[in-house]
Amino acid sequence: MDREELVALITEEVIAQLKKAGWKAPEKPVPPPFAPQEKPEKKELPPDFDIASEEVKKIPLLENPIDPTELAHMKKRTTARIGVGKCGARLNTQTMLTLRADHAKARDAVMKDVDENLLKSMNLFSVKTQCDTKDIFITRPDLGRKLSEEGVATLKEKCAKNPDVQIYAADGLSSTAINANLDKIMPVLMKGLESKGLTVGTPFFMKYGRVAAEDQVAEIVGAKVVCVLIGERPGLATSESMSAYIVYNAHVGIPESKRTVVSNIHKDGLSAVEAGAYIVEVIEKILAAKASGVDLVK
Amino acid sequence: MSKILSVGIDIGTTTTQVIFSRITIDNTASYFTVPRISVLDKEIIYQSPVFFTPLKQQVFIDGDKVREIVAAEFQKAGFTPSQVDTGAVIITGEAARKENSKTVLDTLSDFAGDFVVSTAGPDLESVISGKGSGAYQYSIDNLCTVVNLDIGGGTTNIALFDSGKVTAKTCYDIGGRLIRLDSAGTIQYIAPSAQLIADKIGVKVAVGSQGSEAELSKITDAMADILAQSVGLKEFTPLAEAVRTRTSSKDMLRQPIERICFSGGVADCVKSTSDDLFAFGDIGILLGRSIRSNPYFAKARQIEASQTIRATVVGAGTYTMNLSGSTIYYSRGIFPLKNTPVYKLPAEVEDAIFKGDAEPLMEGLKWFISQASSSQIILAVKGPHNPTFQTLELAAGCLIKSADAVLPPEAPLIVISEEDIAKALGIAMSNASDKKRKIASIDSVSVEDGDYLDIGSPLMDGLVVPVIVKTLLFG
Repeated sequence: MDREELVALITEEVIAQLKKAGWKAPEKPVPPPFAPQEKPEKKELPPDFDIASEEVKKIPLLENPIDPTELAHMKKRTTARIGVGKCGARLNTQTMLTLRADHAKARDAVMKDVDENLLKSMNLFSVKTQCDTKDIFITRPDLGRKLSEEGVATLKEKCAKNPDVQIYAADGLSSTAINANLDKIMPVLMKGLESKGLTVGTPFFMKYGRVAAEDQVAEIVGAKVVCVLIGERPGLATSESMSAYIVYNAHVGIPESKRTVVSNIHKDGLSAVEAGAYIVEVIEKILAAKASGVDLVK
Repeated sequence: MSKILSVGIDIGTTTTQVIFSRITIDNTASYFTVPRISVLDKEIIYQSPVFFTPLKQQVFIDGDKVREIVAAEFQKAGFTPSQVDTGAVIITGEAARKENSKTVLDTLSDFAGDFVVSTAGPDLESVISGKGSGAYQYSIDNLCTVVNLDIGGGTTNIALFDSGKVTAKTCYDIGGRLIRLDSAGTIQYIAPSAQLIADKIGVKVAVGSQGSEAELSKITDAMADILAQSVGLKEFTPLAEAVRTRTSSKDMLRQPIERICFSGGVADCVKSTSDDLFAFGDIGILLGRSIRSNPYFAKARQIEASQTIRATVVGAGTYTMNLSGSTIYYSRGIFPLKNTPVYKLPAEVEDAIFKGDAEPLMEGLKWFISQASSSQIILAVKGPHNPTFQTLELAAGCLIKSADAVLPPEAPLIVISEEDIAKALGIAMSNASDKKRKIASIDSVSVEDGDYLDIGSPLMDGLVVPVIVKTLLFG
């Protein structure tokens, strides 16, 4: 006996008892004048389906919703876990597992490294901050803001000096974000800036890098504007989100308020190419205004 | 924050109205993301009385008199045409089919300021009136489907909104003034569609004869019945198809409809229980009564329109302008553009350019230019989601190549995409053309083949451009 049959049986019994007690059934409600609302088809999922995939998350787990269409509308508007039903006072097993899978993805984004092959294919050399391991990077934010001695030497050796703009990437708190977006955003950035007649420094990758390391980079290469593309701290909705932190005339110790930020760069936020094109314009504005962050009127 | 003054002028079968509204736009995005310019507020600051549309011998609109009305309203509102930023002059319903409607629009064009659309067409009117009546907003606020029936003097414009999206639009030759009577009750005029309905249901009516309540309400009952069919409350009949406005889209209301909204002059008659059935010298009040007593409409869930007789003019004045996306690309001095035809790339042509094959586009473009007899055109693409820059470069190369082969060198290349790719595509096109050709790339605007666009001067420090999508019937 499934749930629906059970509910019907109970309802029948309750009504029968009520009638015995002298209760009269209300008039049948007027049926809707239009075609009856179609129940959304229950899609058969393949046996190896990924509970953390977009496709599976779209399917409401709530059984017998009063208004399935409305629930579908509501689910379309948010990535929050609504319409997931429950089991007693607790989450369903699938919801619980999805939550843990998403959390695992977020942890992976933080703990994994950026794909070496991607960096190689983009001709990016790597430098490191003063963190030697991921654990140090996580527990010592201060070290993630300083380049290693070797890193300083490499930049001095390999980077073109005094460009208008220095662009580089850093893993930050999501390597996944760099893997997903870097090859999409770099070409439009480089070509866009060059077509504006700006000189662009030699791009590279910084491992275990935090945002403020860009201040040291600016000092070393002597760039007017420095822009780091860095993985954002992942949440349970996406682990692919990247930000650009752009600062004019940076030096170590510059206030955070001088940074201009473009955030939420990922396939379901601001797409990487469009973000690149937008950053080109922002950098052009920063150079013209000789200011960034709160000093720059957007 | 910017404020835009918008004018709406509606010349309908029965009434002519003018409104002025103030549209406020601003950047609503947080400091950390790309700008997002949106309309914050639409405030009606002046509305004219409802005038009867001046006619000459039933078939002509009296252009000079209309002009006088509009001129007087500008003066009363305290604005000059040069202050107006956007808006619409529209001739609606049966009036649009009057012989001289194009001339009338021309006589009004200088009231239109620099950037006012003059347009008509039953489908677009349906959408405009549905937005003006509040049905559109209701569908957004309540995430449901709302059908709006704007029942005017000559036509009923029908639009279906699904959570803010227009999913169907159509129009029927049914209205309150299809039969007109003088004060003695003698029938003065019968429109062809009213005659057709009368003949079909076996009611004899003729110009010069006495109109009786019993007979005329049989006709209006039939009209209400057709309207019920038109929105899928009842099975569709050939008679309904016969009175569908010829230039409108064919019945497309297949979705379940959750709410019904009435606007237009007759909407007021649906509610009124006036004893004087011929107070307006027409069948409007009877038609309202027929709709009220129609069993199919009675079952439907109705919502109150925020505008009834003014729905179309409010829609024209406040809802015709769209804003482009906020990351766009354009060469200086390219806007404003008026009445520019849209060539929507067929799917296979679009596929080809994103793979770097320009041949199909060149062919298509040549054909379109010869058809459109205009070298000023807009290319519309859907665009890929989250593409690589290389993909956009391939497409840009093809677009520039085709433009160079087909368009004169001074003609700008304007591309509109649905996906948010305009700025990157613009950079790619600019590079591909070596900055020789003027370029514009705009996104987040959805257009159809055969549409015409007006694109206004950039707003908000050049972040966005206002876009009016229209379907021109004249010219």
